[in-house]
Amino acid sequence: MKAIQIDDRDNVATVTGDVKRGETVEILSPDGKVILKAKPVDDIAFGHKLSLRRIREGEEIIKYGEVIGVASRDIPAGEWVHTHNVDSARLNMAGEEVRGITG
Amino acid sequence: MTEFLGYERPDGSVGVRNHLLVIAPIDCSYEPARKIADQVPGAVAITQTYGCGADSMLVHNLVGTALNPNVAGVLIVGLGCETLTGEMLVEQIEPSGKPVHNITIQELGGTIRTHERGVRLLQGMAQEAAKLKREPFPLGKLTLAVECGGSDATSGLAANPAVGVAADLLIDEGGSAMFGETQEMSGTQQVLARRAVNKQVAEDIYQIIEAQEGRLKAMGVDSRWMSKGNIDGGLTTIEEKSLGAVRKGGTKPIQGVLFNDWDRFDRPSKPGLYIMDGPGWDLPSVTHMVAAGAQVVCFTSGRGSTTGHAVAPVIKITGNPQTFAKMPDNMDVNAGTILDGSESLNSVGHRIFQMIVDTADGRLTKAEALGYHDYIVFKRSREAEHLLGHC
Repeated sequence: MKAIQIDDRDNVATVTGDVKRGETVEILSPDGKVILKAKPVDDIAFGHKLSLRRIREGEEIIKYGEVIGVASRDIPAGEWVHTHNVDSARLNMAGEEVRGITG
Repeated sequence: MTEFLGYERPDGSVGVRNHLLVIAPIDCSYEPARKIADQVPGAVAITQTYGCGADSMLVHNLVGTALNPNVAGVLIVGLGCETLTGEMLVEQIEPSGKPVHNITIQELGGTIRTHERGVRLLQGMAQEAAKLKREPFPLGKLTLAVECGGSDATSGLAANPAVGVAADLLIDEGGSAMFGETQEMSGTQQVLARRAVNKQVAEDIYQIIEAQEGRLKAMGVDSRWMSKGNIDGGLTTIEEKSLGAVRKGGTKPIQGVLFNDWDRFDRPSKPGLYIMDGPGWDLPSVTHMVAAGAQVVCFTSGRGSTTGHAVAPVIKITGNPQTFAKMPDNMDVNAGTILDGSESLNSVGHRIFQMIVDTADGRLTKAEALGYHDYIVFKRSREAEHLLGHC
């Protein structure tokens, strides 16, 4: 199974298929090099993210080379990163009933 | 340095196509205009559908399309009693040095006489345009528009970042790029403003995104919120969702915000990356960017899309390998090779960059080879803008 780091500065990568816990995930850099082999402790669904290194509570989550949120607790390397351990810097919507029109 | 082969226009701009544009300033004359265009190879007819009032935002888009370097000559076919007259368009097109003719059906006495006159004028322009030869030009003369539509989870993961790599490569070689759909930038104000080349551009970025959030709020929609499907699909925050969209513009500094409204109609003033303040609606978004001078369009779609454009080639890119397999007639590039690790993100970006250059050189996109000439003009509601305090 693979995960893609989109920008060299990113501390998370996106998995390109459904990952079962304990399965080895090869994390590829934008140039296609394997930068980490992770064995996540959670199942991670296609399109979700995992951490490339330990991210401490309060640290920024970087994807696309930019801040997409802040860690709401310590995240070990190779773990699933989503609304349970990340807050938006702009609007936290974890667990909210939401609506929108922007596809 | 990479070069592309294009047609030099009298104003010094360089077209990658040699279209003749037939403009019906008002939809009343669109059918006759379309039949005139059908008669002559390379001619394409456009109109707008907001009535015949002389609204400057409509004029800006129609004139901008005519001034696009891909257009060799212009024929305006009006009904005759419209307030948005052909003369208004001619006045702004003529300084470019492009041939432009203006006829009306009421003056010429019906559509058959108009057809004869219109076809004769187009025929002459077609023969003149055919004399032009493609010549090599630096990429400094090329502007790319990037757009996304029919997105899925692969868009932010593969297709948009890969197009972003191509946009960066184009700008590294002296070219320009622009991306639009202001409502999709919600949550990225700070990120985009940090990339602005100066304070004015940063302020413009905040202003357009907040104005668009205001418009959506007036409709009862909070654009900062995401759907449950977005979150289930792996998007954690609105910043992540919006960054996935704007990443198709690459990572370069933002030279300016291009306004296309009643008072301003901007084009890139120097090479680099620009934001078009435009609608979150595929076809009119592309119309805005082509009216601002983009000669080639990259359009990403996870679900698949058929969109072409009246005067600009539209390269269709999908990050979803199933979509590429299912819609081979419509999708030009498979960026889905990133997903199985068989090709790196940067390598796909280089492949898209090469296709942009090949397309500029004359390679037909799938939409072009199927004869698709999509064209829709968008106009904001002036009443609503007034009530929102935007003008």
